[in-house]
Amino acid sequence: MVLKTFKIGGIHPAENKLSANASIQALAIPKTVYIPMAQHIGAPATPLIKKGDMVKVGQMIGKASGFVSANIHSSVSGKVKKIDQILDSSGYKKDVVVIDVEGDEWEETIDRSAELVKEITMSQDEIKTRIAESGIVGLGGATFPTHIKLSPPPGNSAEVLIINAVECEPYLTADHQIMLEKGEEIMIGVSILMKGIGVDKAIIGIENNKKDAIAYFKKLAKGYQGIEITPLKVQYPQGGEKQLIAATIGKEVPSGALPIAIGAVVNNVATAYAVYEAVQKNKPLFERIVTVTGKSVAKPCNLLVRGGTPVNDLIEAAGGLPEDTGKVISGGPMMGKAIVNLEVPSAKGTSGILIMQDTESAREKMDACIRCAKCVKVCPMGIEPYLLMSLSEKSMWEKSENCNVMDCIECGSCSFTCPSNRPLLDFIRLGKGTVGQIIRNRKS
Amino acid sequence: MILTLVFNTILVLSIIGVLAAVILAVAAKKFKVEEDPRIDDVEGSLPGANCGGCGFAGCRAFAEACVKEMELSNLFCPVGGNDCMGSVADILGLEAVKKAPQTAVVRCNGTCEHRPKTNNYDGSVSCAIASSLYAGDTGCAYGCLGCGDCVTACEFDAIHMNAETGLPEVDDEKCVACGACVTACPKTLIELRKKMPKDRKVYVSCRNMDKGAAAKKACSTACIGCTKCFKECPFEAITMEKNLAFIDADKCKLCRKCVSVCPTGAIVEENFPPRKVKKEEAPAL
Amino acid sequence: MKLLTVSPSPHIKGDESVKKIMYGVVLSLIPALIASTFFFGWQALMITAVSVTSCVLFEYLFQKIFLKGENTILDGSAIITGLLLAFNVPSSLPIWLVVLGALISIGVGKMSFGGLGQNLFNPVLVGRVFVLISYPVQMTSWTANSTVDAFSGATPLGLLKEGLKSGQSVSQLIPSLPSNLDLFYGSMTGSLGEISAMLLLLGGLYMLYKKIITWHIPVAVLGSMFVLQGILYLVNSELYINPLFHILSGGAMLGAIYMATDMVTSPMSPKGQLIYGTAIGIITICIRNFGAYPEGISFAILIMNGVVPLINNYVKPTRFGGKA
Repeated sequence: MVLKTFKIGGIHPAENKLSANASIQALAIPKTVYIPMAQHIGAPATPLIKKGDMVKVGQMIGKASGFVSANIHSSVSGKVKKIDQILDSSGYKKDVVVIDVEGDEWEETIDRSAELVKEITMSQDEIKTRIAESGIVGLGGATFPTHIKLSPPPGNSAEVLIINAVECEPYLTADHQIMLEKGEEIMIGVSILMKGIGVDKAIIGIENNKKDAIAYFKKLAKGYQGIEITPLKVQYPQGGEKQLIAATIGKEVPSGALPIAIGAVVNNVATAYAVYEAVQKNKPLFERIVTVTGKSVAKPCNLLVRGGTPVNDLIEAAGGLPEDTGKVISGGPMMGKAIVNLEVPSAKGTSGILIMQDTESAREKMDACIRCAKCVKVCPMGIEPYLLMSLSEKSMWEKSENCNVMDCIECGSCSFTCPSNRPLLDFIRLGKGTVGQIIRNRKS
Repeated sequence: MILTLVFNTILVLSIIGVLAAVILAVAAKKFKVEEDPRIDDVEGSLPGANCGGCGFAGCRAFAEACVKEMELSNLFCPVGGNDCMGSVADILGLEAVKKAPQTAVVRCNGTCEHRPKTNNYDGSVSCAIASSLYAGDTGCAYGCLGCGDCVTACEFDAIHMNAETGLPEVDDEKCVACGACVTACPKTLIELRKKMPKDRKVYVSCRNMDKGAAAKKACSTACIGCTKCFKECPFEAITMEKNLAFIDADKCKLCRKCVSVCPTGAIVEENFPPRKVKKEEAPAL
Repeated sequence: MKLLTVSPSPHIKGDESVKKIMYGVVLSLIPALIASTFFFGWQALMITAVSVTSCVLFEYLFQKIFLKGENTILDGSAIITGLLLAFNVPSSLPIWLVVLGALISIGVGKMSFGGLGQNLFNPVLVGRVFVLISYPVQMTSWTANSTVDAFSGATPLGLLKEGLKSGQSVSQLIPSLPSNLDLFYGSMTGSLGEISAMLLLLGGLYMLYKKIITWHIPVAVLGSMFVLQGILYLVNSELYINPLFHILSGGAMLGAIYMATDMVTSPMSPKGQLIYGTAIGIITICIRNFGAYPEGISFAILIMNGVVPLINNYVKPTRFGGKA
């Protein structure tokens, strides 16, 4: 059988799924958590508590401020030590609520039983409200508030829900593992999302390197109406929203438009699970599955982590920081972000902690471009990375805009492939940032 | 035989030459662009560096603007300075605005010694790229990234990285205050300051806006916003904003009192003769 | 504690490198080199060795004296230039001409543009065409291929051209020309590397497998040659020989597989590569049939090299979501 995939570009990095089939373990609650007020794209939440307040697990401690924003809930019970500023993964100071943990006392409204609640009793509006209240954001890494995705802008209507269960980033296995362990819950979550968006069709796209998950979900899908499982050929960056849509329904999102323009809404599989918990169990989003992995890591694992736990604690649980550590990455190796220190707290968008050896993380010396056109061949957006890099180097922003620099999804396929080790994406990102600024200035 | 060949060759080439000359002459007449001859004159008196320091795309564009505006209050060539603008004014019969000459200063003193590294940057050697990625490889999110975008931007070879400190240094002799480095620096560390006699300078060499303790932790020579200099200055040349002192070069009289009171050494003096060592007080008996 | 390293994503790198590509090409040329040694004797190996050595030496000298850059001879590109230059000359070429060709290839064709990746024209062909135009006698005196007795002294294309010029028809010439099968195996007279179509194809397949080249350019060059010559053949088979003869003889294979696919001087987008390849094929057939030279693929490639920037500017890859 020919598996579906997207048509333009794509690469095959070594998968290195070291933590595959490591069952999810709950990480011990740390003594102190640092819960960032900005765990999503958009405006940071406003703290609702003050120093000295007692909080419970699941209590709302930060309120969404603005249209694109999300609520923040406490992941522990205890006393608010202070509202402070600590360095985020980029080295800038950001607001965090510091809570000293005392016991593990949950809000009474949360249903902590393991019982599966199948019946969806809420109406469409109730679902949307509950998702917004629960602070659910896209857990694939982009952390876009989910409730906004559920309400298409006027003039657009959703036709199909696409669930991203691709996990095309090497090393990461969190989504794979949650699919194996929480299959029923995910299916119910998908059904809830379908009801919330008002569509009767959903497609779950799973890459063919997760054969066990595909088989399991195909079996489960028989019990749910309108949900289709689509196995996909392994190819990076299939987890990119636009690529996933192209792979599953064969339509291309026009340049500069959102998926809703062609009637598609994409959500991550872990988000679907969070939606299940929020809607059926009244449990807001304050914990998630994080893969902790790396070639030198003693015990690569998938952990259930309370939000705000310092990265250091996660690494300790995986056997401690290896001697030869060069780089620690939040997310996967292709699109993840290298973090500046290990005190950085985990957040809603932390899908993995990847510890790279210094030998594998060091960049190699850059050579001259030999115009081999491999970057052009692998670019999933059909733009010309070699050209955009040289335009950025020469500060030719206008030409850069005409060459569609804004189409770049920053997947890194070009830099990955370049035989001359040229940092193509570094410069394209610079061009994208500058051109984006020019466009915004032009509009205002 | 050979004569005819030579003759033919000469004839053909001559005809081609005459034809080309006629075409060129006609084209020159027909497509001539009428232009104010003063533009050429003005351009001739400009330095011709095409640096863009005036805000125009090259000297020609600046000359066109001068002739078009017929008013020089908003036009200034920082490279040529007052002399150059004077001759432009003479050509156009206008009044030139005199501006005090300026020079660039780098307001960061975070050497490796003062400002320990907190991580290693391994991306492209470009301040713009490093700053779009994160705060930088030290604890100070405001300081110099050391990738030398200012050096690349300078058309006059007036700014160089000091390999020992990892910071850029301005060559006052060569700096023409075109402002290219000011634009290039993503941390807005570089400022154009009025030139003082003998190139003397007193300025706050820090842009850290964090509170005192945090700033001090990141860099031992950071401005901690203690306001001592603000209180000390007899000429009200110092202003405080966001935990940061700023010395207004127009008001500063180079008395250097602020330098003496600064507890962290964030205020820098340059090109002064060495201070007289205070006479040791007679030991108390 | 050791400081962490921070850099922008991506944090992993594929295993492709310039060296891998370059040495892959060198490897794929080995069978053809062995064949030419077999056909032309040690003279062939001698020329190749001189050519490679002088290319590498000139690269080193130019880099050191004029560009003042890092030593680049180990990246393998000079070795390829040397190999291909040797493949493009007759085995009887005087050694000093080989050295001169190498000097022009590396000095004028490559380093004067700023070194690897900067040159507009294929350096090998710059060197070859320079020597061909300046020293036509030496460049067209062929030694006999050890397996061919009857056809020594001229290449199949040369024989054809001369024959047609003197008023003979194709059917009259056919008996004196090598058969297509001979051409395929390499029993003919010609430059070192162009004689065995079979082994060149083998090298090409290896490069395809290693993803060093894509199919676009070779297929476009050979395809357009075949189609155009096929049309001419159908129009008048007494004036124009069968298309297979053209594809298998002369430098067509070498040109299509190795010279036209040179990464630096070929277009970036697949569509552009098809246009480029097709144009090369058409120009080659035109020169061979209607031009003064019996062989024209070198000129065709050089002409199209000059058009590559234009192609890159106007022919863009298929853009995702481009047509809504």
